[in-house]
Amino acid sequence: MMQQAETITASSSKGARARNYARHYGWFIVPAAVVVLAVIIFPWIFTIYVSAHDWHLGGARSWVGFDNYIKLFSDSRFGWAMLRTLFYTVLSVIFPMILGLAAALAFNHKFPLRGLARTIFILPMMATPVAVALVWTMTFHPQLGVLNWLLAQVGLPPSMWIYSANTVIPTLVMIEVWHWTPLVMLLILGGLASLPIDPYEAAKIDGANGWQAFRHITLPLLMPFIVVALIIRCIDALKAFDTIYVITQGGPGSASETINIFLYLQAFAFYNVGYASAVVVVFFAIILALATLLLWTRQRVKMT
Amino acid sequence: MANHITRRQALGATTALLAAPAFVRQANAQSRFDWRRFAGDRIEVTLQTSPRGLLLQRQNKEFEDLTGIRCGIEVVPEQQHRQKVIIEYASGRPSFDVAEMSLHVNKRQIGKARWNTDIKALIADQSITAPDFDFADFGAGMVQYATQADGRMDSLPAFADYFILYYNKELLAARNIAVPTTWDGMFEAARALTEPSRQIYGHVGRGLKNANVVLWSSYLLGTAQRDMINANRQLITDTDDAIWAGEMYKKFLRDVSPPGSIGFNWNECQTTFMQGRAAMWIDGIGFAAPLEDRQRSRVAGKVGYALVPKGRSASHHCCLFGAGYGISETSRKKGPAWLYLQWALGKENQLRMLTSGAGVPARSSPFGNEAAIAASTFPREFFQTLGESAKIARAGLPEIVPVTQFRDVIGAALTNTISGSDVATELRRATAEFRPVLEQSERES
Repeated sequence: MMQQAETITASSSKGARARNYARHYGWFIVPAAVVVLAVIIFPWIFTIYVSAHDWHLGGARSWVGFDNYIKLFSDSRFGWAMLRTLFYTVLSVIFPMILGLAAALAFNHKFPLRGLARTIFILPMMATPVAVALVWTMTFHPQLGVLNWLLAQVGLPPSMWIYSANTVIPTLVMIEVWHWTPLVMLLILGGLASLPIDPYEAAKIDGANGWQAFRHITLPLLMPFIVVALIIRCIDALKAFDTIYVITQGGPGSASETINIFLYLQAFAFYNVGYASAVVVVFFAIILALATLLLWTRQRVKMT
Repeated sequence: MANHITRRQALGATTALLAAPAFVRQANAQSRFDWRRFAGDRIEVTLQTSPRGLLLQRQNKEFEDLTGIRCGIEVVPEQQHRQKVIIEYASGRPSFDVAEMSLHVNKRQIGKARWNTDIKALIADQSITAPDFDFADFGAGMVQYATQADGRMDSLPAFADYFILYYNKELLAARNIAVPTTWDGMFEAARALTEPSRQIYGHVGRGLKNANVVLWSSYLLGTAQRDMINANRQLITDTDDAIWAGEMYKKFLRDVSPPGSIGFNWNECQTTFMQGRAAMWIDGIGFAAPLEDRQRSRVAGKVGYALVPKGRSASHHCCLFGAGYGISETSRKKGPAWLYLQWALGKENQLRMLTSGAGVPARSSPFGNEAAIAASTFPREFFQTLGESAKIARAGLPEIVPVTQFRDVIGAALTNTISGSDVATELRRATAEFRPVLEQSERES
């Protein structure tokens, strides 16, 4: 009984100390709270507020409620931009994931000049996207670009690359793959380096071949790393803007107008900030849903 | 030899004597004008990255030495500059005192919002305007271009950009083809010059959405319609003339231009022309400098300059674009900013602009400076084309607030025609799409 009373007294004095601590030092979080409020919370509330207005820079401003959202969902240009974004994102995630995994497996083996080969492989990732875009633009020129010259050297017909509505998105994906496969490779290579050796030795004793070891040991153990790479790639591909804008500005016509280009045009070319804010809110909701789904998948992978 | 005064000499001396007080007054006024009254102040100037902007950036110290004013000058690429300036104006506290504005894009928007101060009031103020400023030297057309509908002039015209015909003399001479003077003639010439097997094309032009509208405007200005909105400020981009211009655009870009032109902006056109792969190119006057650069251009010294061809009506026009420099209404340094404008767009800098091929000055006096023109590296034909273009220039884009959206919508329709879509259908669809945008904008105006 005595002991219980002592415990209660000890715990209540501990709680009182914590309250005291919070009372005395709670204001220490104020600077961080102010920063979060200023750079995250306020912009979000303001964006939602602007999205409820018909607001042109330098022009009149009027409250329209949900009209911008209603208009958005009946805007075929927005719909096409969403579809293109989806198409671009799927291709820009799948190819770097497959190639990055293959490269990581290759670089995980020891071979002569492996360090040099790895360095060369990750070079594209270090380049500035705008600089990369400008260089690629020159190589795509249908008459004067080096790519068509190379095709001609091997007897293939020239391609229109970014200058055709049919090939523009695959071409942009090609740049994305070239640029970001090294990042996927690095993430997965890190995972490979941390894998235990024991399961492989056990599998070898049991007579498993290389494919079986990969399928039943490497891949499941690597899955958390693959999911992290997948999340990063999905978010990066969804928000791709600089390369597309510099190379095609959304063209030819609107053939490469993704949601980010559409948003940019509405906000900074047409100065239609109310409508653009509605696009931001919808796009953010989509990214949030996707990120939640991927994080949930990651948790499940971890648990299994 | 008799040493006596002739009647002619006496008359000359008398005239000089009578005129002397006026010269003296002018000289005194000039010497009295205090360029250093704002010495120690600081102003911020924002210009577009172009040969004009870079010229002033290079000469900035001259202004600082003349006035004692410290001048922070930034040059920003054209498209980003337009956005930056508008967003800063809209914030109510722009960071600059002087800003370049593209008259063909932002004139009405800036005028409507009254973001700039009226230059006319400053010009009229003798106490702050240098006696040799000579406002009358600015071309009437450019002054009118910089003047808002309500009579305010919220920017001082800086330079004009005319669309002209660049042609490869060597390619035309090889086929014994004369410089075309009509659009139909130009198309026939381009067809005769097109040799896909040698990757030589008769024509190259802008196909990229938005950028391409000004090429269509060039054809439209050759019709009786000559504009994209009517007197009631309603959209007229689906008329017979507009469709004729669209058909012209389609056949030039589809039949006699390099494959891939659908994605060409001016830079791809310039590269193609510079490499001798295209015989003719319609675009702004500012490309003469890179085309004549022997280090970078294969056609340097072989480029011909001519007026844009005539259209199907008796009227003959070329597209006019331009820029002015304005002073922000909220600037607290309007005096120093006005001195900057007087210096930046003074006779000397405007002459530098012309002779370096950086652009077409808004002032008339540089064109009269024969010695400077003769010393220029550009051929006389170039200056003649400039002079002739000035006489037939007409705004290449409508003076409306949502001009970028106009270019986007009409540009997409034109781009679709290159892929084979029907011109009339595309222009009618685009007109129907843009009409409510324009109507709303006009209601708000």
